[in-house]
Amino acid sequence: MNRGLLGRVYHDGEVIVRQGDEGHCMYVVQDGEVEAVTYREGREIPLRVLGEGAIIGEMSLFDREVRSATVRAKGEARLLTIDKETLLRRVQEDPSLVLRIVKSMSRRVRELSDELARSRSQS
Amino acid sequence: MGPQLRAASARNSATVPAARLEDGSRVGVVGSGPAGSFFAYFLLDLAETLGRSLDVEIYESRDFCSPAPAGCNMCGGIVSESLVQLLATEGILLPSTVIQRGIDSYVLHMDVGSVRIGTPLDEMRVGAVHRGLGPRDVKDAKWSSFDAFLQSKAVARGARIVRSRVDGLSLVEGRPQVHTVEGDSTSYDLLVVAGGVNSDTPAMLEAMGIGYRGPRTTTAFIREYFLGRDMLDRTLGSSMHVFLLNIPHLEFAAIIPKGEYATVCLLGHGMDKRQADAFMNAPEVRACFPTEMLLPQRSCQCSPRINLQAARRPFADRVLVLGDCGVTRLYKDGIGAAYRTAKIAAAAAILHGISESSFRRHFWPAARSIEIDNRIGRFTFAVTRQIQRHRFARRGLLRMTALEQQEEGRLRRMSQVLWDVFTGSAPYGAVLTRTLHPGFLGRLVWSLASANLQALLPKPKDHKPPSLGAAPGALK
Repeated sequence: MNRGLLGRVYHDGEVIVRQGDEGHCMYVVQDGEVEAVTYREGREIPLRVLGEGAIIGEMSLFDREVRSATVRAKGEARLLTIDKETLLRRVQEDPSLVLRIVKSMSRRVRELSDELARSRSQS
Repeated sequence: MGPQLRAASARNSATVPAARLEDGSRVGVVGSGPAGSFFAYFLLDLAETLGRSLDVEIYESRDFCSPAPAGCNMCGGIVSESLVQLLATEGILLPSTVIQRGIDSYVLHMDVGSVRIGTPLDEMRVGAVHRGLGPRDVKDAKWSSFDAFLQSKAVARGARIVRSRVDGLSLVEGRPQVHTVEGDSTSYDLLVVAGGVNSDTPAMLEAMGIGYRGPRTTTAFIREYFLGRDMLDRTLGSSMHVFLLNIPHLEFAAIIPKGEYATVCLLGHGMDKRQADAFMNAPEVRACFPTEMLLPQRSCQCSPRINLQAARRPFADRVLVLGDCGVTRLYKDGIGAAYRTAKIAAAAAILHGISESSFRRHFWPAARSIEIDNRIGRFTFAVTRQIQRHRFARRGLLRMTALEQQEEGRLRRMSQVLWDVFTGSAPYGAVLTRTLHPGFLGRLVWSLASANLQALLPKPKDHKPPSLGAAPGALK
């Protein structure tokens, strides 16, 4: 076993965050991949697969809504939990810390806009 | 404005460019420890976001890929819980080739017993690293240097390493210059000095005539023992072992497991070889290892100076001082303090300019808040000293922590305080606030009373001090 690994290992299919649960932290994928899925009318809808360096669950840091999707390990994945308190304490002194989170969120908004435009043009 | 002043001002404006970083500005960084590398990394990152191109040169004569002392920065080598998280958020993932061991818990050892304080998330959240390649006798290096890793991040952003030893710093017509032993002198628009308190840097800065005065320091003591991976797994495990022992002038002692070595780190006033020997022979330390085991000869040792009080005026027009020859945290999380101050300094320089007034307004408040927090830290360690001296206090502390660790769902007030003090994850002010909570004080009084009353009761002959919730094989 590699003793130099930070974070926690999640096994294939293990749930990291569950849709509908309250969230008090976010995660950074250290190694491996995770998949985000959502459930509508009992059906599972795959959203995206995220790899090393991806930030997940960040929306719960900024709003008080429940988790919007379920994220689970795709194969073996290692993730580090980021405390809300640690992050917000630092953001007070260094607002640029959220730049990367904002970049990641704006990339997803772009992807969603593209997807919406594609599906509307097909229908 | 008088005629002489006007003339001087006109002369300066003719020779000194505007006090801001523009496309093509030159930045010199002396020292490539965490403060220097973080500064270069964040400065270049922000410059790229703003669409500016800067020429950043880092002076570093040491090769971090060499074993100690040639590549070592003489430090306990802990990347704190908060820094691990913040770097991950920044997109800087610490690889397993650099993190020699993930730490998921602390074991507090005292003469009255030991207790393990684990992370509630069951995660490896603290990283143990070697700043250089490793101790003097490292042969087959399996891990890389932490400082080399950060340096590579700065280089990947566009910084250039100058492998020269700096032997002087000066101001010529308002522009800082770096002089090397090879006789080269180079002018910069901005000079950032992060050479460390264990170098000639403070003396060179004092000679610059910018009003800088070096920090007040004391000596710590660090020793490395080769134990091998299996022995480390069986004894220290993935815990950092912390000791509150009544040894004169010792504020704090820790044994940190790394790849194949155990790093012994003693903090206090004027730590030396004698105190290190006394520590290694203490029964609480011997009990961490099997009774039949003889500790090997040390691999290397050093007594680095550490910063006790911030430097005076660590900034001037076009000059910034970072790292432990400027402002850092007292005893703990020096790498985290380097990250904080370097990032704030980079933002101040590129967004607000490189004049003294810009640094005073946009860099100094954050740096000074660390120094103010250190005053609370001094008080925290004064309390710790009293706990080290008084057995009744140690009994109460052990009982309160052990019960918190044993009972699922119980509020872990003392555990959280100890975790924050040992890991350096939270500001000392936040730690003090936790201890002033009525729930904490009430539980502490009850623990002091019950633990000391129990100690007065007669004990069976085979009674041993408690080792509650501690790592297997690591305790009495």
